[in-house]
Amino acid sequence: MASIDIAHVQKSYGIHPVLHGVDLEIKDGEFVVLVGPSGCGKSTLLRMIAGLEAVTEGEIRIAGKRVNDLAPKDRDIAMVFQSYALYPHMSVEKNMSYSLRLRKTAKDKIASVVAGAASKLGLDPLMERRPKALSGGQRQRVAMGRAIVRQPKAFLFDEPLSNLDARLREQMRAEIKKLHQDLGATSIYVTHDQIEAMTLADRIVAMHGGIIQQVGSPLELYDNPANLFVAGFIGSPGMNFFDGRYMVSGENGNFVLTGGVVLPLGSNANLADGSRATLGIRPEHVVLGAEGPNALKATVDLVEPTGFGIIVHLKLGPVAFKAFTLDRRFLGMHGDVAVRLPVPNLHFFNEEGRKV
Amino acid sequence: MTGKRILSTLAHRLAILAYVAFALFPLYWLLKVSVTPNNLLYSEGIRMWPSQTSFEHFEFVLRHSEFPTFFKNSLIVSGSTAVIVTVLASLAGYAMSRFNFRGKYWIVTLMLLTQMFPLVMLVAPIFKMLSPLGLTNSLTGLVIVYTAFNVPFATFLMQSFFDGIPKDLEEAAMIDGATQFVAFRQIILPLTLPGIAATLGFVFTAAWSELLFSLMLISGNDAATFPVGLLSFVSKFSVDFGQMMAAGVMALIPACLFFLLIQRYLVQGLTAGAVKG
Repeated sequence: MASIDIAHVQKSYGIHPVLHGVDLEIKDGEFVVLVGPSGCGKSTLLRMIAGLEAVTEGEIRIAGKRVNDLAPKDRDIAMVFQSYALYPHMSVEKNMSYSLRLRKTAKDKIASVVAGAASKLGLDPLMERRPKALSGGQRQRVAMGRAIVRQPKAFLFDEPLSNLDARLREQMRAEIKKLHQDLGATSIYVTHDQIEAMTLADRIVAMHGGIIQQVGSPLELYDNPANLFVAGFIGSPGMNFFDGRYMVSGENGNFVLTGGVVLPLGSNANLADGSRATLGIRPEHVVLGAEGPNALKATVDLVEPTGFGIIVHLKLGPVAFKAFTLDRRFLGMHGDVAVRLPVPNLHFFNEEGRKV
Repeated sequence: MTGKRILSTLAHRLAILAYVAFALFPLYWLLKVSVTPNNLLYSEGIRMWPSQTSFEHFEFVLRHSEFPTFFKNSLIVSGSTAVIVTVLASLAGYAMSRFNFRGKYWIVTLMLLTQMFPLVMLVAPIFKMLSPLGLTNSLTGLVIVYTAFNVPFATFLMQSFFDGIPKDLEEAAMIDGATQFVAFRQIILPLTLPGIAATLGFVFTAAWSELLFSLMLISGNDAATFPVGLLSFVSKFSVDFGQMMAAGVMALIPACLFFLLIQRYLVQGLTAGAVKG
């Protein structure tokens, strides 16, 4: 187990830069999730840590040792691939023991380590099977088993659950988390699924366009997103955004939505008078059916029951937004409804998209 | 089943049968002539099967002709060519599939270029090159020439098989602790066995039936391969059809055996590469 330091790392393919100077320190035993839409550079960064991609500029250190020029095999890391990448011509047991056999580990040691990993993952009855004869979840477990048999310095996961169905994904997610609690190994996990990021991570690294947007604990990113990208990416259903202008009138600030609706804020936001800004509010913070002085009149567009709660699609003039409620009274709702956007739950983003 | 459907199925089957009969008839004729005794060969007219059969031609060919030598030579030349080409093509195909290197485009273009000329054009220059090296009239010379001609296509063939194997596999192996070469040998190569079998089979048959260069580069019977050897049954005044056909039948045996051995991989192989690539 070890810490991993990424210092000013850049990557370009020819003249196309994909990572613009990434800095990240991962502590020993930490579970870090790199999250972002496809093409944001998260997988590239992971593959650079693994040694499968060359580092264009900057430095990667594992346990304090520079590894830029080390071959993957000399970095002592394990990786779980999205495709599982199980060796099709080897049995489960041979798949799991391959790394130990390459290292010429003693036979009895291999047997005991592999048996230990197999029982941890519930693979005992499958040891003689070929990958072809396994279900998706079983293959996923073998891939994990292959990673844990040799106690590497760090585990790298490259979207390991994206090929599984929803139910299995949920189950494996919990197993990965439990495995991390048991082993306490430094782990870097790449995903585009923000739920996986939220549930698994000690720290989330949100990436977009080859740049780290925000690093923090899951709830930090959820409650206090640094910019519009993070605000929109984390959370499902996603945060609502309203474009408009911030206006000061005496002691109080008002937010004038693009449609002309005025939202009194009661206090001053950290914005200049008359500046363009974006207001964000999470769907669960939108209060439905709240008559009162600050209520806005919205039109119900669509109602989606999820079982757990209800997602209500609303329109405020031309602007569409969503509300999430647990109150089943709103199931049959249609026509106009009074909504309130409570000021403490509002997020403001300036013209550059940064949170103020 | 309606009458119309039965009729169309029947027509379909008949068409296939006609095609197969057309393709196999020469082989049948080869077999028929090879078992027809000499005295009946010209006297019986055209019959589908002689009134009397004998294996005298086979016996003569094996006992009194140099056919065993030709056969041995052919086996050596085709076998060595197949093995050498497959080894070279595997390595080259892997490089083409996995590595980006300078001049790759030009190498591919040049290899493609070699496939565009009729081989007859090259007979004279090849002879001129091999002659001072003492490689004419030698099996080694033939192996070298055949290898050179077969490597480009075999490389493309192997490349398509490697392209069909996900890169993740060798990356996983490299992370597991293998060097690129060990990953190639222990993970990728076993998965390419169908491709290797297809390439072996393709090159073996190509070399086995090659006549042009064998005829031009080999003089004398010691180093003759069997396609050239067959010509020795043609003398100035007559053609020993019976013996020639008997030799032909025997020459078919190794090719048939070879394909029987690899056909399982071959079907799998030729389609696998095509679809996935």
